Amino acid sequence: MSAFVMPSLGADMEAGVLVEQLIAPGDPVQRGDVIGAVETQKGVIEIEVFESGTLAEWLVPLGTKVPVGTPLAMIDTGAQDVPDPDEPDIPDPEEPTELPEEPPTELPDPEQPFPDDPIPEDLPYDDPGPSEPMPEIPPFDPGMRLRITPAARRLAAQSGVDPRALSLPLGRAITRADILGLAPTSKPPPQFDMRAAIAAAMSRSKREIPHYYLSHMVDLTAAEGFVSALNKDRAPQDRVLLGAVVARAVAHALRKFPEFNGHYDGSFVPSQAVHLGMAINIRGGGLVAPALFDAADKPLDALMRDMADLVERVRAGRFRARELSDATITLTSLGDRGVDELLGVIYPPQVAIVGMGTPRLHPMIHDGQVAARLAARLTLAADHRVSDGHRGALFLRAIDKHLQKPDTP
Amino acid sequence: MTALLSEELHRIAPDIDLTDIDRSEDLRDELDIDSMDFLRLVTALGKRLNLDMPEADYDRMRSFDAMLSYLQARGAG
Repeated sequence: MSAFVMPSLGADMEAGVLVEQLIAPGDPVQRGDVIGAVETQKGVIEIEVFESGTLAEWLVPLGTKVPVGTPLAMIDTGAQDVPDPDEPDIPDPEEPTELPEEPPTELPDPEQPFPDDPIPEDLPYDDPGPSEPMPEIPPFDPGMRLRITPAARRLAAQSGVDPRALSLPLGRAITRADILGLAPTSKPPPQFDMRAAIAAAMSRSKREIPHYYLSHMVDLTAAEGFVSALNKDRAPQDRVLLGAVVARAVAHALRKFPEFNGHYDGSFVPSQAVHLGMAINIRGGGLVAPALFDAADKPLDALMRDMADLVERVRAGRFRARELSDATITLTSLGDRGVDELLGVIYPPQVAIVGMGTPRLHPMIHDGQVAARLAARLTLAADHRVSDGHRGALFLRAIDKHLQKPDTP
Repeated sequence: MTALLSEELHRIAPDIDLTDIDRSEDLRDELDIDSMDFLRLVTALGKRLNLDMPEADYDRMRSFDAMLSYLQARGAG
């Protein structure tokens, strides 16, 4: 028997709210299975179990905010229940760990943001939902993901309504307005504050990290031509975006520039692996930068698949704990509707952020002639405690070089 | 076909009211979607309508109305 606890997703996280229990007591679980979801300042994080066995019980009701480290569930791993001297500090599930109501450093929090009553297990389907006759969603299947916007999920957890009680046309995602229609009172709940999490991280960055900045115009004609040729006979789901080629170029260039890849915690600890954080904006406000793991070791197609998967899950407001804590550098791109240049703010404890402006046609000298070339401004903001501008410039040029030969793996 | 396109757009931009958008303007601006979202849209439409929707045709799919015309011209629905 072992306890599954509220995970920590970085130094700035103190507590989280259990918003989903996807596995019922008595059900088998495999190491790596997503068994529930936790709402944090950064969004909804899917929580994975680290051991295989059977879910014995949930210790925390839905909608409850608990500090990091609080046991959420007990997993029966098949091991004897006698206390194991090698496994210290496993809390007794019978003592539901009366932790302090709120950590002292909690952000200003209007009293009692969450209802006292746990959400009923089974809400009747004739609950006040939209009244139009529409095909109902099937009864909730724990394996099925709810299509719900992050804002709606947040609101549902805060107002104690069960979004599964809604009857919606198949395929349509639940929105905030739907949840408002379900909520028993019209009192608007406090907005869950992703903005506060961004503010804390960025203030720390600007307070502690002496940034320096470099900028370099990169000709993307070759990379764009490579992507077009690659995609020509491919079905949409197999197509590659220019962004994936840029991500690969950054990851590959880092092999020779380890001083931009790692964490600074009193001193710099470089990382062997490149876990490339991708800054992804969230609809309705905010952004996150979850990691593409081992980005330097993956073929382009695999990197693209991972990127698509990551973006899809971020858009749905869901990611895994490790994705948020383990990025070793960040790449932030303005996409194809932005502006020329972006100077990033380093996400602590990382030491560098690479920015990519919007690619567009620029007059450039190519083969001795002025020509219209697809180009974009590549930038670097890096930690001067760890590296200098000379190395930073070489790093940007190395990325450029990779982008000129996109067909070399 | 309009309903089908609306449904797929709603999946990608659930917070946008499709009755509010300018159907002749670029979808990326009207719905605030990026190249990854657009690729997801094309992937979903291609699968549902059994169309290849090549990248070379992307410029014919830029607005809501253009996408509708494109799908009809390609014989979908």
